[in-house]
Amino acid sequence: MRVLSWVYLAAAYAFVFLPVVVLVAFSFQDGRLPVPPFQGVTLDWYAAVLGDRDLVAALVNSAMVATVSSLVALVLGFLAAHALARVRLPGTMLLRGMLIAPMTVSYLIIALGLLALFNQMGVRLSLWTAGIGHVVINLPLCFAISYAAMGDHQKSAERAARDLGAPEWKVLFLVSAPMLAAPLAAAFFLSVTFSWDEFIIAFLLTRFDVTLPVEIWSMLKSGLSPATNAVGSLVFLVSVTLVVVLEIFVFRRVK
Amino acid sequence: MGWGLVAPALLWTLAFFVLPFAAMIALSFAHMEGRDVVRGFDPGNYVRIFTDWTMLKALLNSLEITAIVTVISVLLAYPLAAIIAFRVPARWQRLALLLAVLPFWTSYVVRSYSWLLVLGQNGVVNKALLGLGLIAEPLEIASTRVATVIGFVHFFVMLLTLTIYANLIQLSPNYARAAADLGAGRWATFRHVILPLTLPGVMTGAFLTFVLCIGDYITPQILGGNNELTLPQLIMLQLGRSGNFPLASALSVVLMAVVTVAYFACSRWLRLDRV
Repeated sequence: MRVLSWVYLAAAYAFVFLPVVVLVAFSFQDGRLPVPPFQGVTLDWYAAVLGDRDLVAALVNSAMVATVSSLVALVLGFLAAHALARVRLPGTMLLRGMLIAPMTVSYLIIALGLLALFNQMGVRLSLWTAGIGHVVINLPLCFAISYAAMGDHQKSAERAARDLGAPEWKVLFLVSAPMLAAPLAAAFFLSVTFSWDEFIIAFLLTRFDVTLPVEIWSMLKSGLSPATNAVGSLVFLVSVTLVVVLEIFVFRRVK
Repeated sequence: MGWGLVAPALLWTLAFFVLPFAAMIALSFAHMEGRDVVRGFDPGNYVRIFTDWTMLKALLNSLEITAIVTVISVLLAYPLAAIIAFRVPARWQRLALLLAVLPFWTSYVVRSYSWLLVLGQNGVVNKALLGLGLIAEPLEIASTRVATVIGFVHFFVMLLTLTIYANLIQLSPNYARAAADLGAGRWATFRHVILPLTLPGVMTGAFLTFVLCIGDYITPQILGGNNELTLPQLIMLQLGRSGNFPLASALSVVLMAVVTVAYFACSRWLRLDRV
């Protein structure tokens, strides 16, 4: 039984890591195809990728869309969570349900809906329209995380600040938000990773300037290439670095 | 004061989630004349979806693939989560979990592409099996349903391992101890104590899997190819090649309806606000 557990664990890790190992290994392929046999090690594909203007532009676009849309989602989500956790409003349950609802809807449907709306209103597609879509998918997440983090502990501190004459905006941004710094940071970075990696909304709601997943998608159309492996490996490296940094500096403190 | 703080989030959700959805439903009752969208109240798109075999087949394909993926993923993820929660020493559990979901952090598009390198005609699996002399001809895995399912299962095993682990670790060891004291064997303890207690977590994870899987375009498009279309592939095809936005909208409404039915089917176990 015990041995079987370790065998299962090893098999599971092998399955989970197989595509990643293949991806990274063949990004160094000294040949035109990222499949066996392995023909030697080269860094040419990385050089090619980093010298590709469209790719670098897409990477910058993705970083901007992810940062701005996550900030908007975080501010909106935090304010709403603060209000719903503190003040008894009629229909609180209904409001919570509505703010969470986009979580249960496929991204494809959110994208199509926005496309229908933007078409009808004559809004031109751009990085901004994709960013609006990304706020829609990340707002429920930021709201839920902020809402779950609000406790009685913060409540007394807020009351104390109010008693000492602090106006409401000061209570919010100088007392509540700093006390929730760790969960708010977690919500922000989770949103950033979702937005950074999101494909279908960005694909349908951008036109000329595109984000990184959309650019990678168009690379795939020209067939298998170690260049795609190199891009994938770079994205993986950046994300893992971000996760490790978060794990050390943010999530450790949440507990 | 309360309203003032909720208002921005509420208005955003109304303007960019509820209103677009209404616009999409309205559009689903329009029809095409040549290249022009003619608005009106024409249920023709829905009639077509349920009478045209290509449309119906795509819906069935999506349902079948999603069901298979959800079941396999739960069956694979549960033991993995349990081994990490009960067998791996406490101080290594966080690391074991982080490693188990590490590929999560590769780009979604790239992950499907990586499976293509593994499963393709000249891919790693075929080259290995040919090299070992186990097969004479390369297996046709890429561009089939099997490849789509493997790609999906890979992703959802990671997701479900996380949610199921979070559930298992919250269980007090006293339950298992009490069951053992009352004479229950390992299997009986699992069947009658652990499993019922973790069922809500498993169902929440399974529902998330269902929603994400049935609405995904990338994995079936890259790994399954165009031999057998899923609903999202059909939607994108209507949108792109045919430019038939009304039909794409109607198909999306159907997709949405399927997810809603699934939600109510397992709502008694779901705790979405506590994922």
